[in-house]
Amino acid sequence: MRRLALLFLAGVLIGCSQPARTVLVHPAGQPPALLSEWGVVLASRQRLELNAGVIPYELNAPLFSDYALKLRTVWMPAGTSAQYDASREFEFPPGTIISKTFYYRKAPGWSADRPVVVMSNVAHELPADGFLSLDEYQLIETRLLVRYAEGWHAYPYVWNAAQDDATLEFAGDVRALELVGEASRQNINYVVPDANQCGGCHTPDHAAAELRPLGPKAWQLNRPYAWWGDAANQLGHWADAGLLAGAPQAWPAAIPATDEWRVKVYLDANCAHCHNPAGAADTSALHLNIEAPVDRHYGLCKTPVAVGRGSGDRPYDIYPGRPDDSILLYRMQHTDPAIAMPELGRSAIHTEGVALVRAWIAAMPGEC
Amino acid sequence: MLNVRDYSFTIKGKRIRHVSHTRTTFILGLVVLLCSACSKQPANDAVGTASDFQKQLQTQLIQAKPGDVITIPPGVHPINRGLSLNVSGVTLRGAGMDQSILSFKGQLQGAEGLLVNASDFTIEDLAIEDTPGDGLKVNGGRNIIIRRVRTEWTNGPHENNGAYGIYPVQVENLLLEESVAIGASDAGLYVGQSRNVVVRNNRAEYNVAGIEIENTFNADVYGNTATGNTGGILVFNMPDLPQPGHSTRVYQNIVSGNNTDNFGAEGTPVASVPAGSGIVVNSNDRVEIFDNDIADNDTANIIVSSYYATGFQGTRELAAAYDPYPETIYIYDNRFSGGGSSPDGLDLKALKVAMFGLRGRFPDVLWDGYVNPDKLDASGKLKPEFGICVRNGAAEVLNADLANGSSNIVVGDSQHACDHEKLPAVVLAPPLG
Repeated sequence: MRRLALLFLAGVLIGCSQPARTVLVHPAGQPPALLSEWGVVLASRQRLELNAGVIPYELNAPLFSDYALKLRTVWMPAGTSAQYDASREFEFPPGTIISKTFYYRKAPGWSADRPVVVMSNVAHELPADGFLSLDEYQLIETRLLVRYAEGWHAYPYVWNAAQDDATLEFAGDVRALELVGEASRQNINYVVPDANQCGGCHTPDHAAAELRPLGPKAWQLNRPYAWWGDAANQLGHWADAGLLAGAPQAWPAAIPATDEWRVKVYLDANCAHCHNPAGAADTSALHLNIEAPVDRHYGLCKTPVAVGRGSGDRPYDIYPGRPDDSILLYRMQHTDPAIAMPELGRSAIHTEGVALVRAWIAAMPGEC
Repeated sequence: MLNVRDYSFTIKGKRIRHVSHTRTTFILGLVVLLCSACSKQPANDAVGTASDFQKQLQTQLIQAKPGDVITIPPGVHPINRGLSLNVSGVTLRGAGMDQSILSFKGQLQGAEGLLVNASDFTIEDLAIEDTPGDGLKVNGGRNIIIRRVRTEWTNGPHENNGAYGIYPVQVENLLLEESVAIGASDAGLYVGQSRNVVVRNNRAEYNVAGIEIENTFNADVYGNTATGNTGGILVFNMPDLPQPGHSTRVYQNIVSGNNTDNFGAEGTPVASVPAGSGIVVNSNDRVEIFDNDIADNDTANIIVSSYYATGFQGTRELAAAYDPYPETIYIYDNRFSGGGSSPDGLDLKALKVAMFGLRGRFPDVLWDGYVNPDKLDASGKLKPEFGICVRNGAAEVLNADLANGSSNIVVGDSQHACDHEKLPAVVLAPPLG
């Protein structure tokens, strides 16, 4: 018996040291300590690879996350598919695992002790051959959303120093990074959200209190994606691969390439998970979801409710023609937790986002 | 365990670099078994450094189950990120609001110290100090007890302090009692967009607003002490929100010496509150103020005003659904002393001196005089059921007539000698406490 027990123990140890080589959906509420045990993204020999059946995807308007690159993937159990929805996120089958890996390109002078990394404004840099060289990139964290019959669960994993696996960190983490842009440098405390804070964004219906994916919606996925090797719509590839059921005859029209629509998709992606009529921030009555008309509830000449010193002594959320009198812009321009919007996931100022919104407000006619 | 099958993946002949694998179901099951053996969470480290404590507390909050009591031991516990609770039925309990202190000085992230998105929640006997943003926010939920919680900015009143101390919003059935709020740059104790609320026996000092009830209905505010704030107790309605407020009783409170200069950020609703305001009703209806001790509030002991007096409106029309006028206000049997002798702001100062002299004082009740033109009687005054009624001995009402550029300022108009039906007491259901 003792021998058997020892053998079993040895088996456990071997099992622990070897990452799973297939995607495994662990039971709800029992996430493994190591990311590799899910088998979705795997790091070895200085490479991050996707497991079989794991599909990367790209969004039209990604959330800004401190200039990190983000590799988004979805995996569904064999023979299952997501249900298309024209307005909200697709309905994914139980067993679906969505992952998002946050990473940076290493900058000259990078070392493990002094991570100097490149500020990026592109979604991600996954090459067509499907792996990331960890000589070139530093992995920070991978967040999982796992669909169970009763709903989604969120699990945050933080990559280790050896960059060969990531560890479950319910309490999140803080990483000091030096960001290097084309003409700027800044030091930030990159904050990995804790597991509750996943729900700070992924609960777009606050009263329902259900975690939901935010990115995989028709308007967000409605675009080509180079990883597929052609210029066709990635939605079409999903449908052809049997990953999408109920797709329409024709994909939705592209979002108009106007300044206002650029702003609307940006504010939707960065704000609407809370600022929608059912969101946690409906307490403010400021609704920035893409369907919302640009009226008082979109901030136009709207006085704030519970803004505190986030007002920056400015009178209205959006003051036409006067970006420097607009609270919305003020909150984008700061990183102080009492002022900054979004409240989570941003330690750096998104200069390009600020410029986009500033130009839009500056060109807006009218008076309050 | 879900039924997970291995499957290979090819799309239109595209060769995708994937980890290759072939496993039997048996081996797959074994791997699952072995890996679940590895997934056991390590035991929590003993609380040594502050950061260990923080991580442990975060983890307890994240993994909480209904019925859990999470305790905060005595001591000052530095916390550098926002805490949150999303599970209903949890109690968070310290050893006393001067013993168990969560200190958020230098907080890196989070718009509040503790954010609660849950029902059947009790928090008691602890302090939350020096958050950059709000102290305690409870967003949504029913049956909330906040008891003997202190939120404080320890450097005293300052514009860089966080906005709200204790901030339940969109909650139903709330008991907020025996708590203390000091130094908030907006409101110390703020109840917003809620219903069925009891706020009692608290102390609010040196905030811009001591206690604020906003867009809330059925609220009883009693037994509190509000001193040294810019405004003591506020009952407000703001436009464009999901719910208008009404039916608040403010009674048996001590509201004195609320004369701290307004240190709130411009643009916030409370920035319009003059220093020296005792109790302020703005754009709210059916408010009853009685049996309070109201003293030495240098602008006025009670102010009744409309949204139009705040200067927020601009040139655009207000939403049709919003009622900017305070109506059906009933003030009686309060004990007034002092106050009104040194109002804040040049206009009010000039008005006071012009009407009452350098050494004089405003009457105890200041009303801006804005009225809804659809609710007037034949003589042009508010119909009795909407009136500002004052039955308070010698206390008088000054109607500043702001709607007409103060062209007809009146003191002691007989229209205020009226009565309203008294509001029923708030009944918490289920009972809390």
